[in-house]
Amino acid sequence: MNDRTPSGAGWFESVDPGNVEGAATGIRDGSAAAPRDWPVQAVEAGFADGEDDYYDRLREATLAATAAAVEEAERADDRQLAHAVRAMDDCERTANELAERVAEWAGTLFDDAGTGVEYARTLAESDPDGPTERRVVDLARRVASLADERDELRTFVQQQASVVAPNLAAMAGPVLSARLIALAGGLGSLAKMPSGTVQVLGAEDALFAHLRGQASSPKHGIIYTHEYVRNTAPDQRGSASRALAGKLTIAARVDHYSGERKPELDDELDDRIASIRSRGGDE
Amino acid sequence: MSRPDGVARRTIDGAERLATRGAPVYGEPTDGEWRLWDARRSKLGAMFENGMETGLSDGDAVLYLGAASGTTVSHVADFAGPTYAVEFAARPVRDLLDVARDRERLFPLLKDARKPETYAHVVENELDAIVQDVATRGQARVAAENRRFLADDGRLIAAVKARSEDVTRDPDSVFDSVLSELEETYELLETERLEPFHDDHLAVVARPR
Repeated sequence: MNDRTPSGAGWFESVDPGNVEGAATGIRDGSAAAPRDWPVQAVEAGFADGEDDYYDRLREATLAATAAAVEEAERADDRQLAHAVRAMDDCERTANELAERVAEWAGTLFDDAGTGVEYARTLAESDPDGPTERRVVDLARRVASLADERDELRTFVQQQASVVAPNLAAMAGPVLSARLIALAGGLGSLAKMPSGTVQVLGAEDALFAHLRGQASSPKHGIIYTHEYVRNTAPDQRGSASRALAGKLTIAARVDHYSGERKPELDDELDDRIASIRSRGGDE
Repeated sequence: MSRPDGVARRTIDGAERLATRGAPVYGEPTDGEWRLWDARRSKLGAMFENGMETGLSDGDAVLYLGAASGTTVSHVADFAGPTYAVEFAARPVRDLLDVARDRERLFPLLKDARKPETYAHVVENELDAIVQDVATRGQARVAAENRRFLADDGRLIAAVKARSEDVTRDPDSVFDSVLSELEETYELLETERLEPFHDDHLAVVARPR
């Protein structure tokens, strides 16, 4: 994921003393497997005149690096997150569709042909013999790279969701959080929704069928993918999704209006779900 | 019990309370240059209040994991030497930055305490103490991963939060499993519950094996 190989050098390595911006970059992007006696090393390397001078420079650099990192994190865009999760779904759907085509085609050419994206990945590694095989193998390579792109997008979504909406991401997981933000049309819109709407986001077809009087009301939309709904006994699932939607709405509001991480929200939800699940057997 | 000289008991607002010397952070009451360290707002404060032997002394080099908005780490930086403050959430770090700007040897880092390799190029080795207050699952693993920063005679001072590990389990059984995992890398010196100041928290003082 990261092209930068851990260099194991101190943050001040190849930074000119006095170059605060360069030093801040060193703080933010560097890495090392093990700490060392950096103050001594910095003085030996001529970066600082002595321990006090080193700490003064470290102070300047960490303040600059952390202020920049915070600013960047807080500017992270909920719309970008929504695009990324939609693109991730598109890549997945397209990869699966093309993988089916590859499987069908390859089945006519190779005895050991399999199915699915994994088979397409295997086939992509092979050497084609003749123009027909070349086309199939080439198509398989497209499938493999689409699947790679989906994985990259998922990693991006996982990183960004906890920056855009830390409480929501902690409670719902990064991918579900991103989907909720995308369905609502932004974190701000999600924060302004009543929890009953959040509960059925993604179940619009069922909801409108219900409103036309043709069906019972949907118990859950996309939040069905949350293990607190899926792994709760069917007769308690309505309660579980109502409780989950309520806490997710609060988490989205905290993220939108304050942005501060409140782990106690997770605890309250955990408690509530535990009590919903435990009453299941008694009734 | 021993306390750093920089942590004193002072009469503030008519009662004898813990205090450190530094710029006020969260509107706490002050007495001259001393400012109140509220044990209800700080787990480390509660450990001092309960008379635990933390092993901390003036001028110690400290790594603070889970600094949040800087309430506790501000008091640590008041009596300690170089203090590295690691916090993962961006929003509270904005407040932590204000706390750090008022202190000469407090270094704020927006990093994940579960990934020490992302700050091992900044935080020095052979530290005197790690103070850990992270609200995440796997608190014992965080302590083990950060062992690399600690001197052999250094101290781990951790506030273990039961509800972060598993809210459905009994806190005592959570503490048992966290402690037994912790004992793979650390020798436990003292453990104590932080009631009445903080519910379902276990304070642990340990040294590396």
